[in-house]
Formats: sequence, C-alpha cells, structure tokens
Amino acid sequence: MLPAHYYLMLSAVLFTTGTLGVLIRRNPIIMFMSIELMLNAANLAFITFSRYQRSLDGHIFVFIIMTVAAAEVAVGLGIIISIFRTRTDINIDDLNIMKG
Amino acid sequence: MIAELVIFIILGTVAVATGVAVILSKNPVHAVLFLVINFFSVAMFYLVLSAQFVAFLQILVYAGAIMVLFLFVVMLLNLTGAIESVQDKLPAQKWVGLALGIALLLEAGVVTAAGVFRQVPAAPPPSPNFGTSAPVGVKLFFDYLLPFEVTSVLLLIAIVGSIVLARRRTY
Repeated sequence: MLPAHYYLMLSAVLFTTGTLGVLIRRNPIIMFMSIELMLNAANLAFITFSRYQRSLDGHIFVFIIMTVAAAEVAVGLGIIISIFRTRTDINIDDLNIMKG
Repeated sequence: MIAELVIFIILGTVAVATGVAVILSKNPVHAVLFLVINFFSVAMFYLVLSAQFVAFLQILVYAGAIMVLFLFVVMLLNLTGAIESVQDKLPAQKWVGLALGIALLLEAGVVTAAGVFRQVPAAPPPSPNFGTSAPVGVKLFFDYLLPFEVTSVLLLIAIVGSIVLARRRTY
C-alpha cells in the first residue's frame, strides 16, 4: 500500500487544475466542468482517508457529494440554456445584470 | 508495492493530463470527452483504494449520466470556441488567476508533503467485503438515514427548479 500522501497530493493537483479552470476560462460550460473536477478531487481525498482509516464514512460522503453534483449540474445547465435563449453569447463577463 | 506504484504513476499521469486538457481545450466537446477519461481514471483509483461500490457509481453517475447531460447541452447550444475570442474585459485576470493557482498548488503541496498527512499510518489490509455495496448500504440506511432522506428532498428541489427554468414563458 502506497503512503497516503501520494493520493492526497494527486487530489491537490486535480483540485488546483479545477480552480485554475474556473479562474482563467470565461466559458461557463468549461467552468462547470472545472467545478466537477474539484468535486472529484475532494472525493478522491475522502476515499483515500476512508481506506487508510478503514472506515466507510467517506464512502457515504462521496455518495452525497455525487448527488449534490448531479443536482447542481441539472440546475446550472438549465440556467445556462435559459440565458442562451435571451442572448446569443454567454461570455460570463457580460452577465452582470445582477451587479449592485 | 512496485506494481501499485506503477499503476499509480500511469493512472495519475492520465488523470492530471486529461484534467489539464479539460481546462485548455478550445472545443467544449473535446473538454467533455477529456473529462470522461479523467472520471474513468479516478474510478480506477477508487478500485485501487478498495471502494468498489463508489467506483462503479462514479462510472454510472458521473461518466454516464452527468457527462451525457453536458454533451447534450454543448451540442444544443453549439458554442464552439467563438465565445472567448470576442474581447476580454479583464485581461489581467488570466495571469492573476494563474499566479493564484500556482500559489494554491504550492500551499497544498507543502501541507500534504510535509505536514501531518505524512503520519497517516499505513493502512491495515481491509476485510474482503470492504467497500462493496452491502456494508456501504448498511451504513447508509442505518447510520446516515437522515442525510439520505434529505438528499432525496434536494433532488426533488433540483427537478422542480430545472423544470421551472426550462419552461416556455407563456404568461
């Protein structure tokens, strides 16, 4: 069995990749996919700790995170489609109608 | 040990490379397909970490359902590339974001490599059915029954929300 910090390091790299995607891309769909990357990195860390502690609680957390991700994607993509109905481009910087 | 290290290096390379390809590819369809490969390699990691139930859930729910939803929306909207080439309102944002991302990576790396996580004890061999559906199900329906039910309410809200968003405005 490899030491736990191998998997935790990989999880950190994947999480950082997702964060960079949200920060440097302006396409909302790519940003959504980056959020999925981050959720997956967190899941990997949960499963790692679960294995090294021999406890199944991490698996339940991953189950619930997957549910939240599915709900988030359904609602988020619905929002993107309804934005796209009223305007032709969806550059995220132009969507400042709710700015105070 | 050596075999596990080789598996880790191969799968880790695939996971990181496809993750970077997701955030760099111009065509959203390519990004979706790279993300599917990424999810598959993470599912392989789950299998290595003896989480069989979660691994197959990952492939079914993430690589199957969620990514099909993504692909459907990408092809419905047909926005290949053209969005980001228009004009950048905050051109400095990319570079600041890159610097902050590298800072985050360094921070996480230092904490993970040097900190308390090095002292996580070596894992004892799991019982043969660790992570299969039976013990996970028992845990889910006994210890975590209330969160499970709250999850179903969350899904109901998401269904109602997406129907409201997708409805034609006829009023």
